[in-house]
Amino acid sequence: MAAPPEAPPLLELAGIGKSFPGVRANDAISFAVAPEEIHALIGENGAGKSTLVKIIYGVQQADEGVIRWRGAPVAIPSPKAARKLGVGMVFQHFSLFEPMTVIENIALGFDHAIDRRELERKVAQILSAYAIPLDPRRTVHTLSVGERQRIEIVRCLLQNPKLLIMDEPTSVLTPQEADRLFDTLRQLAREGCSILYISHKLGEIKALCDRATILRGGKVVGSCDPKQESTRRMAEMMIGAELKTVARAARAGGGQERIAVAHLSHPAPGHFGVALKDISLSVRAGEIFGIAGVAGNGQTELLLALSGETRSAPDMITLDGRAIGAFGPGRRRRLGLCAVPEERNGHAAAPDFTLAENTVLTARQRLGLVEHGFIATAKTRDYAARIIERFAVKAHGVSALARSLSGGNLQKFIMGREILQTPDALIVSQPTWGVDAGAAAAIHQALVDLAARGSAIVIISQDLDELLTLCDRLAVINEGKLSAPLAISGVSIEQIGLLMGGVHGEAAQRREERAHAPA
Amino acid sequence: MLRLEPRREPSAVMRALSPALAVLLTLIAGFIAFTLMGYNGALAIEQIALAPLLDPVRWPDLLIKAAPLILIATGLSIGFRANVWNIGAEGQYILGAIFATGAALATWEMSGRWILPLMLVAGAAGGAAWAAIPAFLRVRWKVSEILVSLMLTYVSIQLLYYLVRGPWKDPQGFNFPQTRMFSDSQTLPAIIEGSLVHLGVPIAIAVAIIAWILMSRSLFGYSVRLVGMAPQAARHAGFSENRTIWATLLISGALAGFAGALEAAGPFGQLVPQFPANYGFTAIIVAFLGRLDPLGVIAGALLLAVTYVGGELAQTSAGLPQAAAGVFQAMLLFFLLAVDVLARYRIRVGGPAHARAGA
Repeated sequence: MAAPPEAPPLLELAGIGKSFPGVRANDAISFAVAPEEIHALIGENGAGKSTLVKIIYGVQQADEGVIRWRGAPVAIPSPKAARKLGVGMVFQHFSLFEPMTVIENIALGFDHAIDRRELERKVAQILSAYAIPLDPRRTVHTLSVGERQRIEIVRCLLQNPKLLIMDEPTSVLTPQEADRLFDTLRQLAREGCSILYISHKLGEIKALCDRATILRGGKVVGSCDPKQESTRRMAEMMIGAELKTVARAARAGGGQERIAVAHLSHPAPGHFGVALKDISLSVRAGEIFGIAGVAGNGQTELLLALSGETRSAPDMITLDGRAIGAFGPGRRRRLGLCAVPEERNGHAAAPDFTLAENTVLTARQRLGLVEHGFIATAKTRDYAARIIERFAVKAHGVSALARSLSGGNLQKFIMGREILQTPDALIVSQPTWGVDAGAAAAIHQALVDLAARGSAIVIISQDLDELLTLCDRLAVINEGKLSAPLAISGVSIEQIGLLMGGVHGEAAQRREERAHAPA
Repeated sequence: MLRLEPRREPSAVMRALSPALAVLLTLIAGFIAFTLMGYNGALAIEQIALAPLLDPVRWPDLLIKAAPLILIATGLSIGFRANVWNIGAEGQYILGAIFATGAALATWEMSGRWILPLMLVAGAAGGAAWAAIPAFLRVRWKVSEILVSLMLTYVSIQLLYYLVRGPWKDPQGFNFPQTRMFSDSQTLPAIIEGSLVHLGVPIAIAVAIIAWILMSRSLFGYSVRLVGMAPQAARHAGFSENRTIWATLLISGALAGFAGALEAAGPFGQLVPQFPANYGFTAIIVAFLGRLDPLGVIAGALLLAVTYVGGELAQTSAGLPQAAAGVFQAMLLFFLLAVDVLARYRIRVGGPAHARAGA
């Protein structure tokens, strides 16, 4: 550990346990975070990371075990108590008021009233001390996700934390934004603030962290120095099995065109939506086409346009040469185009329906799950059972409510529901979002196999590694515009990153220059 | 200190138990309220809640009162499942009676077995037409169907008053505001000899059963439930929300109108200003009591029929005002909604459970 042996660890957990009805979320978890250490907490979805972090931040209470702070046992009954102790946390989902300015949002985060001018001074101080590019006067809804995250970080830093918890911070950032975040975190650690960094992206943990604790099934299964350990080895510790690599046969490039989008434009739905501007793409049989981009740049809108939930002019979208732009989702499915939206609960699946009932949602046309206007219950149960078996979905049978499944398992079910229909064209948004490494590999393999059978696949994802492993070509979406397609073989991460930043990147740079000018 | 703690899963036991609990709480609250008002509380409760059940003479009355409630509440329960809030079933019920009466007056002095079905179809059409107004406004301009359907109820009452006092007034009626009495071909036959139990009773039960099958087994029922539960998933599945709004409002309107036609052609036998009996509003309570499930609606309707019949009994025996039954019914809905909280939350005594961690 980085600290000299006589200094007690900053935070020490001893035998922490926490149960929920039917689940042992944390079981006898012990580890320590040394002063000035960047400590990674890694594990698959459902490994117990979030629960553990919530216990440290006082959101939940442990059933058993002891938390020691600088060697002395402490109780952390609430987040307020955690902050008082010196623990700050940046959540994966931000709590920001969109119509208000950065500084107003920061002021709202305080437990007590604070003098506005004093606050502005302190914020300016922090922004320049850590070279964080952020304009405190901007309203939040004009900011990129990366900028919003900086607000949350500034909020924490104002409390002079001794321990900063970051929950999956890079899932919404461009590679450049992530690098900038790492610089800030390294500087913080040098200045004496320990960091507990939660992630499943092993590459960045290797680059950033001094020590890693690996969780699986609610238990600590190992710890290592990520700089010494291979990512493959860490991944295997995480999933507790050997990692399968996606097998991909070399594909014949000359399949015929299946999906074509031509000059697709659509006005923004509502205030915070994104307008699609003149999008064109073409995907051939057997091809996997990737769409990269930072969240909120039109991905959702593009998926809705492709799935048929929003209509367009007929010939803006064609499937096997047939104009389908004006057709709804049901008709497109019948013609062979299936889609998986990003949000599973309430969009891709109905949380209060059983898994069997959820098959009717999107598989009824192609699999004949409805006969004479009535649902063929036996067929829906059979199909659900097939998905569960084929995709190793953990569920209490076909009558389990969709909401009772963990996020990753529901995603496996939804992906299975579409893939087993063997659609001619499949549009997927975030196919492995929140899914553990083992299941992600299974989903990736299924997508590759589907393409090998001659389907055309479009993957919209924020996970660049995923796109680089799976796709033949990719394009980047930024502010509703799609870049020209790039062949995977000749593309660099930097190049994609710059495209992802797009106008955002230039604007951020300008703001940065402005922020530095008075200093 | 009492605290509500969310349950991980809604409790099935509480969901099944809460209607019974609500009835019990209503009885207790009713007893307290009537006693405080200076009535014989025990007698009042006995008369309203028990007497109609214990006296077989009252049973036909229960069925007759339950029939329109079953029909209307079945329609409403379908709409409520889709989050389409038709609060104006009373208006559609009145329009159904008006259309049926119109058909009756048009076929005056004719006879034949076709007349009665014509009246019933006209009634259903009238109710559906009245419900089409909020449906159109909601789909076209996103106007709240709650307000439109509710306000149209008052329009329908005025329309009824105008017709029975004006163009449809019985020429031989000594200037009373009422239409002609319907002829035999225009009146529902009794199905139990010597009682007033009419054909509407079995029809209502059959309709509820058919609705139950449709809602639980058909793709239509699936789409309605999905639109109400997860509208975005419904769009993804390819179900049109607008079509669901139209379908559910037309169905609930048609069933309310059908109930109005049955009531006009059955117990009333003519159209009079006293025709509106708040069945359309009471049916809202019935729908919720029945858990928005058509089979549950049958039970809920019988329960509410008890308060109708019992309310009349209590007027004579315990001297309660006519509004007493209404108070009773309102309390029932109030307690049901309140008790439902227990399905999703559990009551805990004391502050939040602190962990022993680091104590």
